[in-house]
Amino acid sequence: MKKGYFGEFGGCFVPELLMPPLLELEQACTDILPDKAFRTELDGLLRGYAGRETPLTLCPTLSRELGFNLYLKREDLLHTGAHKLNNTLGQALLAERMGKSVLAAETGAGQHGVATAAAAARLGLSCVVFMGEEDTRRQAANVMRMRLLGAEVRPVASGTRTLKDAINEALRFWIAEQRTTHYCFGTAAGPHPFPTLVRDLQSVIGEETKVQCRSAFGALPDVVVACVGGGSNAAGMFYPFVADPEADAVRLAGIEAGGTGEPGCYTSAPLNLGSPGVLHGQYSMLLQDADGQILPSHSVSAGLDYPGVGPEHAWFHKTGRVEYHVVVDAEALHAFARLCRSEGIIPALESSHALAWVLENAEALPAGGNVVVSLSGRGDKDMDIIREHMPDLCLPARAAEKEAVQCL
Amino acid sequence: MPLILNQTEKRSRTAPSTTDRAEGSRPEQTSPPGSGQGSGASVLTRRIEEANAAGRVAFIPFITAGFPTPAKFREALRELDEGGADIIEVGVPFSDPVADGPMVQEASRRALAAGVGLRGILEELAEGAAGRKAPLVLMGYYNPFLRYGLERFARDAAAAGVSGCIVPDLPVDEDGPLRAALEAQGTALIPLVGVNTPVERMRAYARRAAGYVYLVSVLGVTGERSAFADELAEAFTRARSVFSLPLAVGFGFSGPAQLEGMPFRPQAVVVGSALLRFLDAGGSAADFMRRCA
Repeated sequence: MKKGYFGEFGGCFVPELLMPPLLELEQACTDILPDKAFRTELDGLLRGYAGRETPLTLCPTLSRELGFNLYLKREDLLHTGAHKLNNTLGQALLAERMGKSVLAAETGAGQHGVATAAAAARLGLSCVVFMGEEDTRRQAANVMRMRLLGAEVRPVASGTRTLKDAINEALRFWIAEQRTTHYCFGTAAGPHPFPTLVRDLQSVIGEETKVQCRSAFGALPDVVVACVGGGSNAAGMFYPFVADPEADAVRLAGIEAGGTGEPGCYTSAPLNLGSPGVLHGQYSMLLQDADGQILPSHSVSAGLDYPGVGPEHAWFHKTGRVEYHVVVDAEALHAFARLCRSEGIIPALESSHALAWVLENAEALPAGGNVVVSLSGRGDKDMDIIREHMPDLCLPARAAEKEAVQCL
Repeated sequence: MPLILNQTEKRSRTAPSTTDRAEGSRPEQTSPPGSGQGSGASVLTRRIEEANAAGRVAFIPFITAGFPTPAKFREALRELDEGGADIIEVGVPFSDPVADGPMVQEASRRALAAGVGLRGILEELAEGAAGRKAPLVLMGYYNPFLRYGLERFARDAAAAGVSGCIVPDLPVDEDGPLRAALEAQGTALIPLVGVNTPVERMRAYARRAAGYVYLVSVLGVTGERSAFADELAEAFTRARSVFSLPLAVGFGFSGPAQLEGMPFRPQAVVVGSALLRFLDAGGSAADFMRRCA
């Protein structure tokens, strides 16, 4: 397979001006990542600072109702509230070893921005976070968290003023500041070597899950489910299963965000609804029009709101090793509410998509089996969105709410 | 603001002789198959050499297709041609122009909002091809070309009188499929190298380069700048030692006058954002050409 490719997907479609820093990063991945002292330091940070390992939690109430054992891999319990820190700590440490003094990052909902800001603060690096102007308004609390952690947040007013434009602006910044700056890319997408680097740093999720499953029920799970935006938590969860011949029988399901689900509305589901093309340095599946212009994306969950997807997912999709499905906003919101009430866990709206697919397809899942959902983040950041959507969609009135609780 | 660096010869405002397009005799060590005499690629090289022979740095304006409006673009393209542009770069707008600064981003956004797309651009360029003196280069991001179909694009572009393409997000490592399609039509895929491009990577580009070489003058995106670092002179020297094709500098230039006092002399200069800004403020391309002359 050509370097940086997953089948026909992947590659490095960037301006020549970005090739030197990307080649430098690729070299660092080869030289520094496997280094024992580096691994020891990263493991120490992941344990002592980030809070690994994260638990694998059995959901007793939902398991009883669904007829199989539902487990959650609790990335929501990681420091800063999502799986993002696995990646940013690794990249920050790598940047430090490469002699870079600045971390640049893009962020949509703000989770990757917060995780980058935290890693930078911890390691004494400067941090510049690019965030769509639209998103800085929608996620004001995360903007404040980043600033508290010492990061400079630069609102991006170009294009659609959301995540994809924040990536464009971060790449432009990196072109100019490449000598001092490492671009701490947030998902398993973008130009080589980012899809591989981010997947490898996130694979701790799947590796721990395998060990925890064997310990909890003496086997690998029957089904593993994760939400897919750019696809970093899913890549980190799936890859250790894909790469393990003993895990061939494990069913892997990635869940894309379908937006409102109304005809003609924008989605965030390029694997199911898009076509192949080049965006942000990678050849992968995209939401694009007939002229090859990138379409705006939409999802109630800002973290999935992206018109592209990591190239390895495009390859898993094509080979059929992973199945990819679409869940719409209302289903995710319903799953969100149900997990809150049934298990006392407030999930991120992103992770709620993965959970929603399990709830919607429970009858087709193996009775008495073991199903793991990657709970990639916690929902605290989503309170404003919940307040806006839940009255209409899930909890219409106090009476109905009581009734709903009694039904569970 | 003299464009003429040697001050020897006034730039011709009359139509160039018909031999300009007919043939070229420049020995091209680095030219690939298909870029021989009369091909789009060799026309580009020759136009720059002719300007240099006349004591001028060749002038290459860049304009985003459909900007400021589709009608004004048509007019501007004609005026740039009549005003003596040696080559004209036409930008194909893209939703995510990662190598561009604010002015070209804005031009792309407005062109897209006006419904400008690659198909329409090629049709329009084909219509105007007959009377045009300056050879055209299309500059655009990879995805619209990919979506159009690379071979179909190469055929239609050649038919529209396009002599070369610049694709800023297609480094030499990934350019095989488009290069093959363009070479089959004798169209140049013009390398874009930077002040941070090491000599080995320049050599990789030089093996297949055609037309001219675009040297990005700053570590940054498109847009005018007032000063350039010493590293540009170093990169120029490096590029000069590697490429036998003419070197054009761009990204950051508002006009050829900026080349005065620089410790090197490129064969061509590309001016984009300054022209777009001038047009956006209501200026005409004809006036812009006069100002630069």
